[in-house]
Amino acid sequence: MLIRFWGSRGSIPTPLGYRAVQNKLRDALLAARGHRLDSLEAINDFLAKELPFSVSGTYGGNSSCVEIEAGGDDYVLCDLGSGVREFGNALIAKHGPAKKSRFNVFLSHTHWDHIMGFPFFTPSYIPGNVIRIHGCHKEMRDVFIRQQSNPCFPIDFRALGSTIEFVELEPGRTSDIDGLSVKAIRQNHPSDSYGFRFSKNGKSMVYSTDSEHKFDVLTENYPFVEFFRDADLLIFDAQYSLADQISVKEDWGHSSNMIAVELAQLAHVKHLVMYHHEPVFDDKMIEKVLGETRRYVEINEYPQKLTVSSAYDGLEIVL
Amino acid sequence: MDIAERRDGDILVLSPSGRIDNDTSPAFQTRLLAALTPAAVVLVDFSAIEYISSAGLRALMMGSKQAKAVNGRLAVAALGTVVKEIFEISRFSLVVQVFDTSTEALAALR
Repeated sequence: MLIRFWGSRGSIPTPLGYRAVQNKLRDALLAARGHRLDSLEAINDFLAKELPFSVSGTYGGNSSCVEIEAGGDDYVLCDLGSGVREFGNALIAKHGPAKKSRFNVFLSHTHWDHIMGFPFFTPSYIPGNVIRIHGCHKEMRDVFIRQQSNPCFPIDFRALGSTIEFVELEPGRTSDIDGLSVKAIRQNHPSDSYGFRFSKNGKSMVYSTDSEHKFDVLTENYPFVEFFRDADLLIFDAQYSLADQISVKEDWGHSSNMIAVELAQLAHVKHLVMYHHEPVFDDKMIEKVLGETRRYVEINEYPQKLTVSSAYDGLEIVL
Repeated sequence: MDIAERRDGDILVLSPSGRIDNDTSPAFQTRLLAALTPAAVVLVDFSAIEYISSAGLRALMMGSKQAKAVNGRLAVAALGTVVKEIFEISRFSLVVQVFDTSTEALAALR
């Protein structure tokens, strides 16, 4: 199973401005002083080994979209944030527009940042493509129609060339979709959201974004411990600090890095990926939070090893 | 968990010891909220605390909210190295007043 991130940012896309680019260039040039960079190989080596990712790269600005390659015939996606535009373009660049494809999309919920990429998803315009949007919200179709209708968008949803179907899933019930085992869980978020656990060939991945965890005390009885249990990968909404999550941003529907670690450790998750990054955080802040989160893992001295990463657009993880 | 108590004038000083985690945070929260009566001034001395989890910090947040509601004051002091790190990771220093030592805290709260 291969997991590919097309959109990692929470709430709204956040493109890099020219000042951010100039700051990265400045930091890179400062760090390059004293290094012998007289070949492409030396430069690539320097970029990979000497610079922090916040300087050499970016966590990215597209809103939620994750691809799962699980060896089936269909493409599998979680959410349709702005990242799906780049996924669609990459697909057409690779195969051309003539290739007919089926897409299974698992929709956490219908908030704007999770559906906003769909009007720009080129495969949806191409007759012969089939797009099945799976989710637990009854009103999915209405929301997509509303998003893509006058005066908000020039091309009506019903005029799209592909075949688009909506499939309602029942939380707690396991479905087999293109050889992938899928189970949903209801999450605490305004108007509800749903997390999905995907399993195939002994590997499992949980996509759990836009989920606020409000337990007073974390115990084995907390339903998400079982849902996350022994997952090879957990993609987790860690948008806020704990202080923000339980004070000014309480009931906004998101969680924190500390809750992510505590839940992942109790559930014996192997790899935690922090996701749905706070839009006000720049790359350096996301990197700082990542370092602090890894330190919290160490402080907790849990017997099972937990790897922690921060999602970025373009990140690929093989399970 | 052990929570020692003493009074310094109008200030109640609570000194818990050990870990404030999933097992012990309910007792810590109960004592803290009971201490935060109208206009109460409470200082939690963390010098004997070696670890605090999100559950412990949530208890502290409940205390902070109650202190505001009853026109009281709540502060913490003397964080050990690890607890200080956890306060930084959680950004709790932004929502609860933190002092380096109890002496400094008492002087500021009087």
